[in-house]
Formats: sequence, C-alpha cells, structure tokens
Amino acid sequence: MIDQTFVELSRWQFASVAMYHFIFVPLTLGLIWILFIMEAVYVMTGKEVYRDMSRFWAKLFAINFALGVTTGLTMEFQFGTNWAYYSHYVGDVFGAPLAIEGLMAFFLESTFVGLLLLGRERMSKQAYLGVVFLTAVGTNLSALWILVANAWMQNPVGAEFSAETMRMEMTDFFAVVFNPVAQVKFIHTVAAGYVTASMFVIGISAWYILKGRDLAFAKRSFAVAAGFGVASALAVIVLGDESGYELGDVQKVKLAAIEAEWKTEPAPAAFTIFGIPDDKDMETDYAIKVPGVMGLIATRSLDKQVTGLNDLITQHEARIRSGIIAYSKLEALRSGDKSEETRTLFEQHKRDLGYGLLLKRYVENPASATDAQIVEAARESIPQVRYLFWSFRIMVGLGFLLLGYFLASFYFLAKGTLDKQRWLLRLLVYSIPLPWIAAEAGWFVAEFGRQPWAIGEVLPTFLATSALTVNDLIFSMAGYLIFYSVLLVIEIYLMFRFGRQGPSALHTGRYYHEQKAAAAPLVPQPAE
Amino acid sequence: MLDYETLRLIWWVLVGTLLIGFAIADGMDMGVGVLLPFLGKTDPERRVIINTVGPHWDGNQVWLITAGGAIFAAWPAVYAAAFSGFYLAMLLVLMGLFLRPVGFDYRSKIADPRWRNAWDWGLFAGGLVPALIFGVAFGNILQGVPFHLDSFLKPHYGATFIWALIGLLNPFALLAGLISVAMLTVHGATWLQLRTEGVLAERAKGVISWLAPLVTVLFALAGVWLYLGVDGYRIVSQPPLTSLPNPLAKEVARESGAWFAIYRNMPIAMAVPALGLLAPLLVRLLAKANRPGLGYVVSALMLTGIIGTAGLAMFPFIMPSSTDPNSSLTLWDAASSKLTLTVMLGAVVLFLPIVLGYTAWCYRTMWGKVTVADIEARSHQAY
Repeated sequence: MIDQTFVELSRWQFASVAMYHFIFVPLTLGLIWILFIMEAVYVMTGKEVYRDMSRFWAKLFAINFALGVTTGLTMEFQFGTNWAYYSHYVGDVFGAPLAIEGLMAFFLESTFVGLLLLGRERMSKQAYLGVVFLTAVGTNLSALWILVANAWMQNPVGAEFSAETMRMEMTDFFAVVFNPVAQVKFIHTVAAGYVTASMFVIGISAWYILKGRDLAFAKRSFAVAAGFGVASALAVIVLGDESGYELGDVQKVKLAAIEAEWKTEPAPAAFTIFGIPDDKDMETDYAIKVPGVMGLIATRSLDKQVTGLNDLITQHEARIRSGIIAYSKLEALRSGDKSEETRTLFEQHKRDLGYGLLLKRYVENPASATDAQIVEAARESIPQVRYLFWSFRIMVGLGFLLLGYFLASFYFLAKGTLDKQRWLLRLLVYSIPLPWIAAEAGWFVAEFGRQPWAIGEVLPTFLATSALTVNDLIFSMAGYLIFYSVLLVIEIYLMFRFGRQGPSALHTGRYYHEQKAAAAPLVPQPAE
Repeated sequence: MLDYETLRLIWWVLVGTLLIGFAIADGMDMGVGVLLPFLGKTDPERRVIINTVGPHWDGNQVWLITAGGAIFAAWPAVYAAAFSGFYLAMLLVLMGLFLRPVGFDYRSKIADPRWRNAWDWGLFAGGLVPALIFGVAFGNILQGVPFHLDSFLKPHYGATFIWALIGLLNPFALLAGLISVAMLTVHGATWLQLRTEGVLAERAKGVISWLAPLVTVLFALAGVWLYLGVDGYRIVSQPPLTSLPNPLAKEVARESGAWFAIYRNMPIAMAVPALGLLAPLLVRLLAKANRPGLGYVVSALMLTGIIGTAGLAMFPFIMPSSTDPNSSLTLWDAASSKLTLTVMLGAVVLFLPIVLGYTAWCYRTMWGKVTVADIEARSHQAY
C-alpha cells in the first residue's frame, strides 16, 4: 500500500530544495546579461565607469552564483535518490535533456564563469566581452534544457509506453525538444529571471541615489536595469499569457483550477478577479467576476468554451475505467500472455494506463477497485484549487506591479527628475524581494497544478517515489534545509556587506567610502 | 546507423570515460582541497593553492553533473537503483560538495582569519568526503549491492535508513575509499607541483614521494583481497542481445574468481591494472626529477588504470545484486532505448570536442605559476 506520509515528505523535500535552488537561478539568468550590457558599453565607449559597473555587479553575481551551483548539485541527483521509480519509468526520455544540458550548457557556463571572475587581466577587453557573452549563453541554454525536461512532465509528447521494458520510451526526439509548452515556458522563465536581476540592480542603485553616493555609477546602473526591466517585464507578461493558451490536457486542468472554473460556462467565460475557492463543495465563495475575459485569454475566441473542473472529472472517470483494462492487459502481457487479443486491447487502452495507475493509491490491483474508489480517484484527479487560484493571482499581480515600477523609473530617468522622486526610490529598495515571490509563486502554479501527476496523465506522483523510509526523508530533509539555510544566511550577509560598500569594494580609490577615508584618515576603513 | 548491441557497448565506454574525466578534472580539485590545510601554512600560501584551481573548479565539476545526467539518460535503471540505494551516502557526498562552490568564492571575501580557516576546512571536507564515498561505493559495487527489482522494475533495497549506510562501510569498501582518497590526493599534488613554485612545490613533491607508492601498495592489496575474499558475478544465461532490455530475464551466478574472468580470457586487458600499479611509481620518479607536467599526465593515466581495472573486472555488470543476483544490472539490460542512446551519442560526438577545446583555451589563458607575490598584487580580485 502507498504510505501517504512518505509520499508527502518526498514531495516536500523536492519542493523545498527546488524552491531554494530557484532563489539563485533567476538572478544568475538575468544579471549575466546586465553584466554583458555594461561590459559591451565599456568596450564601445572605453568609459571606465562601465568597467567598474561590470566589475562591481560581477562581485554580487559571484556571491549568488556560488549558491546556485551548490543547490543545483542536489537537483541533478534528486530524481535518482528520491524518485527512483520515476527515474526508471521515464529516464529514457527525461534523462536526455538533462545530459544534453550538461554537455551543451553547463560546461559552457561553468568553464567561462571562472574566467569571468578571475581572468579579466589575462585577455583583451574584446576577448573578455566574449567570455561574458559565452557565460550568458551557457546559463540561458541550461535553462532551455531544464525547461524542455520540465515541459515534458507537463505535456509528455514524443514518447510511448513499452510493455516489454515497462517504461516510457522516446519515439521522437524533436517532438520532445519542440514541445510547445517548452518553448513558451523557456522564454517566460528566463524573462522572469531578467526581471529579477533588473529589480535587484535598480533597487540597490536606488539606495545609492537615496544616500547620494557614487551617483554617476548608480545612475548608469539604474538606467541599464530600467531599460532591461521594461523589456523583460513585457516579455514575461506576454509569454505568461501565451502559457495560458498552450495545448495539452494537463494544462486544461491546470487552467480550470487556476481560474476556479468549476462548471463549464457558456463562452466566453468570465474571469474571477477575487473569490475564495472551496475545494470541498466545488464552488467559489464571494466571487467577483469580469464577464468574457477568461474566454478571451484562454481560447483567443468568443465562442470556444473553457472546460470546467466538473466536466473534466467526469472525463477522467471514463479514462480511469479504460485505464483499468490497460492495466490488467499489461499484467497479462508481462506474465507471458502473447495472444493477439490481449495485445490489441492493451494497445487500445494504453493511453489511459496512467489513469488506471491512479487507483493504486487505494488498491493494490486497479482491476479490483470498487465504483466508489473509481469515483474517489476521479475526484482526486484535479489539483487543489484554492492554493493555485491565489498563487497565480499573486504572480500576475506582482508581474504588473514590477512592470509599473520599471516604466515609472524609466520615465523619471528620461525626464531627469529621478533624484526628486524619493518615494519611488524608497519603494524600489523595499521591493527588491518581489520578483522572487512572483517566481516562486509561478513555479508553485506550474508544479502543484500538475498534481496528481508526476508526468502528466502517465505516472501518478505517489507511484514515482523511491523505496525509502520516512526516517530517511526526515533526516535528509532536515539536513538539506539546515545546511541550505545556514548558507543562505551567509550569502545574504555577504550581499548586504558588499551592497553597502558599493563600488568602493573594488578598491580603485575613486568611490565614496575610500574617498571619505582619504579625506578623514581617522575614520576606520571598511574591512576588505 | 549503429546496431543496438554496439550502441550499448559504446555507452559503457562513454560513461566510463565521463567518470574517468570526472576523476581527472574534478578529482584534482578534490585532491587540492584535501591538501589545502596541510600544504598551505600561511594565508597567502593557501590562497596560492586555491587559485591554482580557482578559475577551473566549476567547469571541472560539470564532469560529475554530466556523468550523472548521462547515467540517467543511458542507464535509467542504474541511476534509479544506485542513487536511491546509496541514499544517505549520497547525502553525505552532496553535503561535501556543497561546501566547495561557497568555500572557493566566499573565503577571500572577508579577511578575518577564523572565517578563512573555517572555509579551508570546508574545502578540505568538500574534497575528502566525496572522494572517500565514491571509492566506498565502488568497493560495494564490486561486492554486490543488496537490492532487488520487483515485477514492475522498481528497485528495493535490502537495508533501510542508517543500516543501509553502515552496511556500506565494510572493510573492503573502506579500502577502496582509501585508494580513492590517496590517488586523488596524489593527483592534486602533481597539479600543485606544476602550478606553484618554491616551498609549496617542494611540499607537494614531498607528499607525492610517500603517498604515490602507497597508492600502488593499497591497489595491489585490494587486488589480492578481491581475488581471495570477494566473490564475483557471472551471467549464466541471458536473452539474445538483440532483444529489448529486461533486467529480470537473465540468470546470474555468484562465484569466486568471476571478476578475474576478463583478465584470464583476454590477457591484453591486464595492461589496465598494470597501469594502475606502475603509474604511481612513475609519478613519484617524475616528481623527484622535477618533471611535474609529465607527472600530471602520468597521474591521469594512474586514475584511468585504477578506475578502468574495476570497470573491466565487472564487465558486463554495472551494479550486481548480492541478495538477488538475477536483478543485477548490466550494460545490456539497464540501457535506454536505441533511439535515446543514438540521440545521446550524437550529442556527445558533437559537443564533447567543443567542450574539450574551450576548456583547453581557458586553462591556457590562466596558465603560469601562481605565486604569493601575484596573489598579494591582486588581493581584491583573486580568490
């Protein structure tokens, strides 16, 4: 029987180490391009301040990057350690993008980042610009391959189940790579990283401007981040909207859950701006709706319907019943039945095998499931709505808010009155954490919205685990979280320390703290 | 198009190559980490040691990540059984590895000696623990691992939680762990002799002079022990190699001496263990003769010889099972589909030469002796 506590712990561990990892990833993805822009301006204009900008922000980049690498190590092995059956069942398809990521992207990123941080004096400035560029390409390509892998979990195309090897096998590599979900997700995710980095740079620069320090340095950094931020925030929102339009059945369930659309409404469906979804009674209390908007976003039409959760559950029930046949024929095939009839029946019902497996949560052999269990399994075949409904709204709300920040920053910068907008500058400093909240909320929507599946409609999450014990999980999760938290505290401490020092941390003698120390030698110098 | 049988054989060679590449590249950083607190007596000396690998450790570590990804893609059954079976051991490896990225990058950011000293020991542990546990894992795989596959091919492990970890720490496996630490430390020392000068290079040479012969002794001891005291595994019967992989369709016998079959049947294979035995002695001679460049190359051959010996001995096994030998995983029945192996081979053929090319360029760009004077001149930029 399935031990639900153990499954829950496995999920909590994966979610927590993945979310920890994604504290560092978005900043890396975006800040590397900001470094590239600064370095490119330096190469083109030869102005020293741009080199200093690139060097200073690279210091903060490195502090963040180190923990990105540390937390990324866990991710590479986490499938094998904690999701062994998943690894066996889909490794043939899912492993390939991960391995290619290593060969094509990680090597590029990690080999050149060492030269980015330590090799500037060893080469011409053009060559150094090339190094920054290759690091940026490597970083962003690794996001591409990870999202190809992740998209396959949401929309498993280009693969087929094999009864002989008892696993999913790849049938079309290009279908896996050009999965429509992957393409949209890639741009949406890297652009979210660009927004994060823009907010990081603009927020810290705003602090220097508020303090009146190193203004030439701070305003130029501010300008780069504001421009990059406007473009990125627009890209995130447009591609996020595109995500709502993707194909794929799991995405249909996710869409209905995000929107708390319990019943299929006449087209075009209304968009619920506010409400408190009630998962038990399957209705939304206190709903405030805007007519027509969801139909427009989700179907780009006025006459197509968005299927409601009730109807999806009914459809799933039929697929579970078909999946029971697939499962029993699979067992027959595996125990040596070679008859044509069994094979044909299996092939006919194969696409519902995953739905049959959903019953394994209640009974060892799905064929012996009662009607009540089948109904229960269908009812559990959709994710919990209330969490999705709200995290989606948090993500979207923050996305628009950040776009507003960047537009306002850009406007006042162009107008030349930025210094006077102290309210905006203060707001920017305190809003630095917002893109992280939006990004984590976005991942929550994507992954929690995929439940109960590990691989959409193929492999239920509760079957995907390793054969470990609750003790193993408590021990390892405590270990990861304590270790990560200590490192995170150190990381944040260093970020604040170097952030406060600003470009004085470069020890060029040209910036605020060093000038102040030179003017008044009795003031103790900030430590290295 | 290559046939399925050839592809699976190629992937056995490729995963082996990635693991040896990992030992040569990242094993060097681990060896340097182990030596760091001992060879560096002062902070500038330790910074010299760290900066010999500073620009390269991250790229080197990708050999491990890529090997992990390649095992996932090419041998999903092995990826599933090994990493969940060695659960707590893997946790220890990861925790050791966690210390390195932060250790390298954060250490020089604050001048406080306690801060720096703490990270030095972190880098030490980050080198020692993974090196030890990878060796211990090899030692256990040679003895067979207590796991079995159920009819749906899910791996189940014989012991759970802390008992699984304790079971791994048996005497033969610990010897294998010791060999791993010793050979990687020698490898790190050849690098330090090559990239430092004066007293540091002399100290590195000193380590090689006693530790390299010890590698030979330990490796020979493990060979004798394996011959006399550890049973090997042999395939009694298996479905034709053209059929689809099914790890439960073969019959496997556990018998003494089976791990030496390949060396009996194919004497030319003896060259590999011979390399493992002789190369450390040659490394020592070259260190004495102040030929660290050549010493480093021979040291890489030493790693190839030692790791290759274990890999060849088990051929075609990858992960034999001690409790249910028929569940053992071999390169024939743990492999991915033909299409996946083909696609992945294409990726390797396309990208590995490019990777090697730019890696060489990066090493060349950063080449030269790292000195105390150099570190002091670039105090705010260097690690």
